Amino acid sequence: MSSSTFFNISAGAYILGMVVYISYIAFRNKNIGIAATSLTIFGFVSQSIAFIIRWVNSYHFWLASRPESTFIESLLRAAPLRNLYESLVFFVWSLILVHLIMEFKYKNRSLGAFVTPVAALALLFIDVSGTAKEIQPLIPALQSNWLLFHVLLSFLGYAAFGVSFGAAVAYIIMVTETKTEKTYIFWSIIVGIFLIVLIAMGIDFLSLTAVERKELIQNYFLKATFRSSSGGIVAVSWVASIAFIFVIWRYGLGLKKILASLSITTNMLEEIEYKGIAIGFPLFTIGGLIMGAIWANSAWGRYWSWDPKETWSLITCFVYALYLHARFVSGWRGKRVAILAITGFITVIFTYLGVNLVLSGLHAYGGT
Amino acid sequence: MEKEKTTIFDKIWDFFASVRLTIVVFIALASTSIIGTIVEQRAEPATNIKLLAKFFGDSTAPTVYNIFVKLGFMDMYHSWWFVSLLILFSVNLIICSIERLPKTWRLVKMPLRPLNENVIKTLPVKKEMSIKTSLNTAKDEVLKSLSSYRYHVLAESAEENAVQLYSQKGGYTRLGLYVVHLSIILIFIGAIIGARFGFNGYLNLPEGMSASYAFLRTEPLSQAEQAEREQMLDIMESSQGDVSLTAKNLGITQDILDAKFKKYGIKPLGFTIICNWFNTEYYSQTDMPQEFQSELVIIENDREVLKKVIEVNHPLTYKGITFYQSSYGMVPNAVGTFVLKVRSTTGAEETLNLKFGQSFMIPGTNTRGTIVDFSPALARDPNTGKLITYSENMVNPAVGIEFDSPNAGRFTGWILKRYPETGVLPDGSQIKFLDYWGVEYTGLQVSRDPGVWFIYVASVIMAIGLYVAFFMSHKKLWIILRPETSGEKVSVRITVGGSASKNRLAFEREIERILSKASRTIEGLRPVGRE
Ligand code: HEM
Repeated sequence: MSSSTFFNISAGAYILGMVVYISYIAFRNKNIGIAATSLTIFGFVSQSIAFIIRWVNSYHFWLASRPESTFIESLLRAAPLRNLYESLVFFVWSLILVHLIMEFKYKNRSLGAFVTPVAALALLFIDVSGTAKEIQPLIPALQSNWLLFHVLLSFLGYAAFGVSFGAAVAYIIMVTETKTEKTYIFWSIIVGIFLIVLIAMGIDFLSLTAVERKELIQNYFLKATFRSSSGGIVAVSWVASIAFIFVIWRYGLGLKKILASLSITTNMLEEIEYKGIAIGFPLFTIGGLIMGAIWANSAWGRYWSWDPKETWSLITCFVYALYLHARFVSGWRGKRVAILAITGFITVIFTYLGVNLVLSGLHAYGGT
Repeated sequence: MEKEKTTIFDKIWDFFASVRLTIVVFIALASTSIIGTIVEQRAEPATNIKLLAKFFGDSTAPTVYNIFVKLGFMDMYHSWWFVSLLILFSVNLIICSIERLPKTWRLVKMPLRPLNENVIKTLPVKKEMSIKTSLNTAKDEVLKSLSSYRYHVLAESAEENAVQLYSQKGGYTRLGLYVVHLSIILIFIGAIIGARFGFNGYLNLPEGMSASYAFLRTEPLSQAEQAEREQMLDIMESSQGDVSLTAKNLGITQDILDAKFKKYGIKPLGFTIICNWFNTEYYSQTDMPQEFQSELVIIENDREVLKKVIEVNHPLTYKGITFYQSSYGMVPNAVGTFVLKVRSTTGAEETLNLKFGQSFMIPGTNTRGTIVDFSPALARDPNTGKLITYSENMVNPAVGIEFDSPNAGRFTGWILKRYPETGVLPDGSQIKFLDYWGVEYTGLQVSRDPGVWFIYVASVIMAIGLYVAFFMSHKKLWIILRPETSGEKVSVRITVGGSASKNRLAFEREIERILSKASRTIEGLRPVGRE
């Protein structure tokens, strides 16, 4: 079977896994929980196989045009971390890996309901953003080992931040008491936007035929809703979104009740939120900022040029440094730092996608 | 009494030592940095006015633009207020660290004291077990096991009918954070060294040409200024890059020359660089570039001192100046030379350099070839089937040659550089189109950054600091060994309590391993001891 078959199987397993995790939270049946974990592990194994097959294929691809390369060089150049598509896929893989580790370490499944939607979001984005999925030749600037380690460590860092984000959202939901609290409004908007984007991409996905999806070269992100050519659809999308956020706000306390009845404690969520950052921050600083700078220096002779991607990485780093200082030096606790953890992940998403979609830069990771 | 007096100095110190300031600076840096990622930096005014028009409308955009220019938004990261923020950031970092270092140092150096058993039982990590053996054996084995995990027992205290062992390790890991902070300062120092003593320029060098300077960014120059600059560069080349000779030939003093260099953004290199050739390699059957390459030669005192083929990610460095492959392009109106390699059926080979319109003979035959056409990017139009040139750049260069042969008569053929099989003639001889040389330039980024090693060292220090700060911890543990007798049996009750500055779970596991190692050895000893 081909790499993409295995990948599609894993994508299906993750999305199904998300649904099962959420039903686990709703029904609190142990067997449902086991099913959710099994599905996720199954997806993870399948994705790992897909990853290896793709690596092997791209190894042969490289060797075909550069037969004189050594084994190690070809292997490094072929590592499937070379464009937006491959990096998104790797992000999903790392996120699930970090999640499974946390699940086993803390012996608690409920977090899956908050982490798998992040994976689903990334998977849907892959399908609607029109990123090229074939194995592509590497342009000269990307032929660097520094770049490879840079991408590898950054994405592991992003994944750890993603888990921290899931825990922070769950934490905030659990600790807010009344609907008029600012934090309550904050989380209902964040969760609302998150789900709206997820649903909107689902609509994008469904509105495309399989053939169109295959030949998609242009970015279709939110084209079926917010960015539709028809003004009516755009207006409906906005109204529906506002209504949706209102519903979440109105009935959000129910979610809190469900969480409270599970064996999740706020302490555990705080700890996972911190652990994610304690792992993500050094990985991202070393891999994202330092190795990125070394690569830039070897490719362009400048280790830092304030281009948007670099600057947004730095902003991300500032937000997480802020989290660590606020928590460990100023003694902030609870909601305030959880909001920082959430803000941090929003800057991660922007660094990763927003810069390519919204801003332009030197980097080759633009898939639009 | 002394403490209550706060001088101005104390107040300023406290201000800079406060972590609240750190938080404010973090927020300020993060939020202002965003501006520079939206407004294009150091761009042509028109670019940003167009961008601003999207937000503010066409009529107000120019006004907004002017305000933005005054605020420094167009070159934000070099504006006075952003630089001030960075300075504030560093001062805060330094003073805050100095302020806290003594306290942390005391934590590191603080000797461990024995604790009351009740206190030990309240520590975050606890473990208890009982083992059948004598107190002395238990003590020996626990000590051995501890030291194999690099816990060196500092002291032990004998209490009424019990022994207490206590130990700590990793106190120095508390300094990891200070190492991280120090590395940030080192990075700033490296950046300042680079900005002060380095430069960052560019040079577009046509194939076969030489230069002994690079260009820096300047304000836009007037036409007269440009003319003067051209003239200066010509004289500089004829003086072989020698700055004092250039000044003499121009009839000005060296100081004036330096000032002109500065104004015109000319950076003398102190040696001459030649581009022998530029080449693009493509992935087979596609127009995707696989590698850009230039062969560069360094000439100093009329001697070739260095020759290297550079690629993206593989620059050339000479005397601290590094040349990076950064772009390429066509030289306008250039007339190049066709480099052909001709091989006859008998194996006789010849490399030819020909101009447009020139003829050559294929060795050992009566066939004559004449260069009659050239296309930088030849392809067959999929719709009409006609041959077309689809790019100005040398993506798929092809040379058109008219052949005149006594046997085959007259015919014209295209030979493509990337497809050598197109050069095989009906009689079996082959013409390889090696290059159309002299029409492309290589775009080099030329820079010197004496601070970059500083940055590298600082990065390594930061990585080590981060590792220590996040993945290692200061661990303390106390163990009480208390003999218990119940009837015939003699056993020892082991109570462990400990604390770790982070990663409690790992510490718990370590304690379990230490104890199980000791108990396993003791159980192994027992039968031998009995018999
Ligand atoms: C304005 C600059 C800064 C100041 C004044 C500052 C100050 C401090 C202080 C006082 C501590 C506590 C040390 C202790 O345990 O006593 C600390 C911790 C820390 N700082 Fe900074 N810092 C600054 C910038 C940074 C930056 C830019 C980074 C990131 C690259 C950073 C990373 C850290 C980390 C990771 C911790 C440890 C938090 C923990 O306990 O996990 N600091 N900082």
